[in-house]
Amino acid sequence: MSILAGKKVVIIGDRDGIPGEAIKLCAESAGAEVVFSSTECFV
Amino acid sequence: MKAVIKGAGYILVHTPDMVLHNGTTQTTERIVNPESEYLKELPKHLRSFDEVCAYYPNQVYIGNKTPDDLAALEADKVRGWVDIKCDVTDRYGKFGQIMPQEEFLLLMQACDVFQLVMLDKDFVAEFKPQFAANPLISEDIVAKIPEAQTEAAEIARLVEEEHSEGLYHNGKLVGCVKRAHDIDVNLSSHVMHEDIVSKASSVLSILAAIKSTGVAKDDVEYVIDCCEEACGDMNQRGGGNFAKAAAEIAGLNNATGSDTRGFCAGPSHAIVEAAALVASGTYNTVMVTAGGCTAKLGMNAKNHVEKDLPALEDCLGGFAVVLTADNGVDPYINLQMVGRHTVGTGAAPQNVIGSLVAAPLAKNGLKITDIDKFSPEMQNPDITKPAGAGDVPLANYKMIAALAVKNGELQRADIATFPAKHGLTGWAPTQGHIPSGVPYIGFAREDILAGKIKNAMIIGKGSLFLGRMTNLFDGVSFVIEGNDGKTQEAGGVSEEEVKGLIAKAMKEFAATLMAQAE
Repeated sequence: MSILAGKKVVIIGDRDGIPGEAIKLCAESAGAEVVFSSTECFV
Repeated sequence: MKAVIKGAGYILVHTPDMVLHNGTTQTTERIVNPESEYLKELPKHLRSFDEVCAYYPNQVYIGNKTPDDLAALEADKVRGWVDIKCDVTDRYGKFGQIMPQEEFLLLMQACDVFQLVMLDKDFVAEFKPQFAANPLISEDIVAKIPEAQTEAAEIARLVEEEHSEGLYHNGKLVGCVKRAHDIDVNLSSHVMHEDIVSKASSVLSILAAIKSTGVAKDDVEYVIDCCEEACGDMNQRGGGNFAKAAAEIAGLNNATGSDTRGFCAGPSHAIVEAAALVASGTYNTVMVTAGGCTAKLGMNAKNHVEKDLPALEDCLGGFAVVLTADNGVDPYINLQMVGRHTVGTGAAPQNVIGSLVAAPLAKNGLKITDIDKFSPEMQNPDITKPAGAGDVPLANYKMIAALAVKNGELQRADIATFPAKHGLTGWAPTQGHIPSGVPYIGFAREDILAGKIKNAMIIGKGSLFLGRMTNLFDGVSFVIEGNDGKTQEAGGVSEEEVKGLIAKAMKEFAATLMAQAE
């Protein structure tokens, strides 16, 4: 069973890495409840 | 017609006092935690002008050293290139220069046409000769500095009582920028300061590009500004236009222009647009320019101070690229090979890199490995790694290499060598749009002309979501190729076709003559 199943998840994505939206899709597919997701610019 | 790259200008402006007074990390800290240790420590971490000139990445930016020179240096795992003194410390380079703060404050006043920049008369008396001696500063620009300047006490009053933004040098108040309207926040002293700084550093970039390319000022017909500021008033906050305003001061009398925006992707958008304007025959010579950003000064300085590093974000950056109609020699922008991150592309890394890199190449029958050098976000890792943002160019190269593996164009084992072979080591200041692909254009032109590489892809990415109008980000890429001297066929008749038509006509004419003779 996925370690994220049933867990609440906060996501900070990186525009030059993995954007929040992409992480969100992965986390949800693993059964997580995404409570916050954003993509930030670190440069 | 091809649009060729005639050359580029790159400038840095050392502004240590603006780090303290205008960088948003510091202005925010001053509001939320005015007695913080960080604010007390930061001044001790500012570099001198000599130290800035001796910093290797800065010498690469102005063209005295190359990206290859930088990549060959052995960087310290923690302190990067910070402790390496460059063997060239000249403030002037083949692409431009590093301007010290005292000269820049005078340039700001020369660029202000509404008497908003006030300077201490003693400060002007001390530094005007030095400003006038700068080889990029022509007499007409020096003449814009008013003879009558301001008493120190009046400047202090303007800052304390009239909402003016202070201008400091070595910790001393030496001038101010006045507000341009009593009520309109878009013309506040803060905004006017930011905009005049952007304009002045754009002017310096234009002058550097004029010098490095040898293009006559009167030949420039159109200027596109692609910085990230907005100028306007309460009725049109981003009305513009930085491009024409800078062209006026730089003496580009035959030019008009406009502003293109797209956060850090702005320069790539602007260069594609400029190339299209030249290729279509609309204008013969177009310049793309951008000045620097005060807000980003010292953006990551908390991390630099914490790790006992210098506050490396102490320079404004600027660049200008000149594009002209085909001369058969200079490298050109292949407008058939433009990548773009569309609304529907999505955020998955393979989609992002796919749209910007793989798709435009595949459309032209090329593989990722057919591009000799990629120039994505070229941030200096000395700045970003201590702040936890990693080595941004390297991260981009890994993603490009991963996509090449996925597409069957690269062996998995070759991912490790891909960055050194097809990539560059970042040297640009974290000034948003400034490091976004464009720092390599000057070198790319030279490397292609020298036969070191045959092509280069420039990739710009922009964080549109910061403007809170969309959650999307953006990206645009284009490819610079060597010029084979042949006419580009798109939209016209090629050289081969013209030769064929002439040969056919001659043949028919000869046949007619022979028939008549018989």
